Amino acid sequence: MKSFETSELKEMARQIRRDIIKMLMISKSGHSGGPLGLAEVFSSLYFNILNIDPKDPKWEERDYFFLSAGHLCPVWYATLARRGYIPLSELTTLRKINGRLQGHPAPAHTHGIPGIELASGALGQGLSVAVGCALGLRLDKKPNRVYVLLGDGELDEGQIWEAAMTAGHHKVDNLIAIVDRNYCQIDGRTDKVMELEPLVDKWKSFNWNVLECNGNNVENFVLTIKRAQSLKGKPTVVLARTFMGKGVSFMEDDYKWHGVPPNEEQGKQALSELAPTKFGDFIEF
Amino acid sequence: MPKYQIKEHKATRLGFGEALVELGHENPNVVVLGGDVTGSVRTDLFMKAFPDRFFSVGIAEQDMMGTAAGLAVAGKIPFASAYGEFATGRPFDQIRQSIAYSRLPVKICASHCGITVGQDGATHQSLEDIAIMRVLPHMTVASPCDYHQAKKMVKASINWNHPIYIRFFRDNSPVFTDANAQFQFGKADTLIDGSDVTVIACGLQVWEAILAEEILSNQGISVRVINMHTIKPLDADTIIRTAKETGAIVTAEDHQKHGGLGSAVAEFLSQNLPTPQEFVAVNDTFGESGLGEELMKKYGTDKDAIVKAVHKVLKRKKSS
Repeated sequence: MKSFETSELKEMARQIRRDIIKMLMISKSGHSGGPLGLAEVFSSLYFNILNIDPKDPKWEERDYFFLSAGHLCPVWYATLARRGYIPLSELTTLRKINGRLQGHPAPAHTHGIPGIELASGALGQGLSVAVGCALGLRLDKKPNRVYVLLGDGELDEGQIWEAAMTAGHHKVDNLIAIVDRNYCQIDGRTDKVMELEPLVDKWKSFNWNVLECNGNNVENFVLTIKRAQSLKGKPTVVLARTFMGKGVSFMEDDYKWHGVPPNEEQGKQALSELAPTKFGDFIEF
Repeated sequence: MPKYQIKEHKATRLGFGEALVELGHENPNVVVLGGDVTGSVRTDLFMKAFPDRFFSVGIAEQDMMGTAAGLAVAGKIPFASAYGEFATGRPFDQIRQSIAYSRLPVKICASHCGITVGQDGATHQSLEDIAIMRVLPHMTVASPCDYHQAKKMVKASINWNHPIYIRFFRDNSPVFTDANAQFQFGKADTLIDGSDVTVIACGLQVWEAILAEEILSNQGISVRVINMHTIKPLDADTIIRTAKETGAIVTAEDHQKHGGLGSAVAEFLSQNLPTPQEFVAVNDTFGESGLGEELMKKYGTDKDAIVKAVHKVLKRKKSS
């Protein structure tokens, strides 16, 4: 597939948002805020950045992507469907029994879908796994890159910093961690629940390169990742400033939308704020 | 004389360490994670032989399990190792999600298991590890009875494409199995045949069972001794057969009574062939400092405890 240009990435991000809203309206369960805030990040990763083949999810030359904050999976499922890993029609099955779109993601060889390497949901585990994967690839002198997406609230978990230390110690430079820096977690703003600042200094002191960008701007995000790819000798973390609930006026930057789906009326309102795209919805209603 | 002879005394953890080096030579995908205690868990041998394939993660067992999972995703065959409690209890959530549920063939190899770790005291005496690993779907749980079996088990584990937990002991212990004896996961070894009662043991208690058999045989009791080295999946055929043929079971292990080998056997028999059973295990208490041998006596996991349990279960067998 040819990499998407900026305008298409933006349009795909809007389509992914429409997909998320519809998925959640159907499932009546799941997380709204975080996934909506990540539409540009996922559109950019899967339609521009990642070296992948949806027809061959286990392709040996693939880049590896891990979603450490598993609750964000509605945006991942929508993106994987748009990219061809699963049929678009399957997006109606989110969180439904006998389906594959688990409430928190699982790999195809358990209950889940192709394109997912690891189960996540219990927070704080993905960075360690990404580091291990990167070490394994480096051992084989392979050029594949490893990407992992972390929530900012998730950085409260101690294991993240164990893994950060390990990655710094081993100078794992085929690894790029992306932090969804939306300053929101279930109970409130991140500075109220657990202060993370000075966050840039924290990562630097663990021997990481640190880049900051606007995670809701595809151009800025893609450029920042390209920059991260060029950095050698240390692992790199991209602190991507996003807004929870982005694109839906009444959800934007409101932590109360962390873990709830829109009701029928809210869903319709949200869809009216997100113009249809050339890609088309997976279901009409 | 016991029916098996002690050839030498060697630690099961040494069998693990030596097997890793052999595997390292045989398979370039074998990698080992170190959590600072490499000299104790004997991954130091691999570290010296294959420094490029050894990854130190520091004293961070939770990170170690995740890193091991990632290495498995990348196609490596990772061995993650720490003391029993720190290889299972501390990183339980990481093992549950990143290894067991994700179904990644990580080998979790724990040393210093059981009360016999001795003088370090209760914090370091892993008596719950079988229970909490056994309860995880997809997880295999095994415990070798001596140095030779430890070695064979570790070597066999690389063709066992499931998450697996193997428990080893710190102390030198009797080596009594044959270096060339067959080993297969899930296939128990019947070491001594007998008809009155069966002792099903794992780990260090297998030797204790052999010693108990000698005492009991002098009392005219015919004891079958089975080494149930794989606690999950249990060797169902062997258990059913022995329950039918002997009608009384004693289980023996260096672990809590709740959730260990005894529980596994009882769960199975209660559903298939209810059979009188006595448990030789630590009985719902933490340990304390002391020598391994002293602790086995005090907490009732040695040969004398097995003899007592056999007498008890035989009374129940007669009255049932």
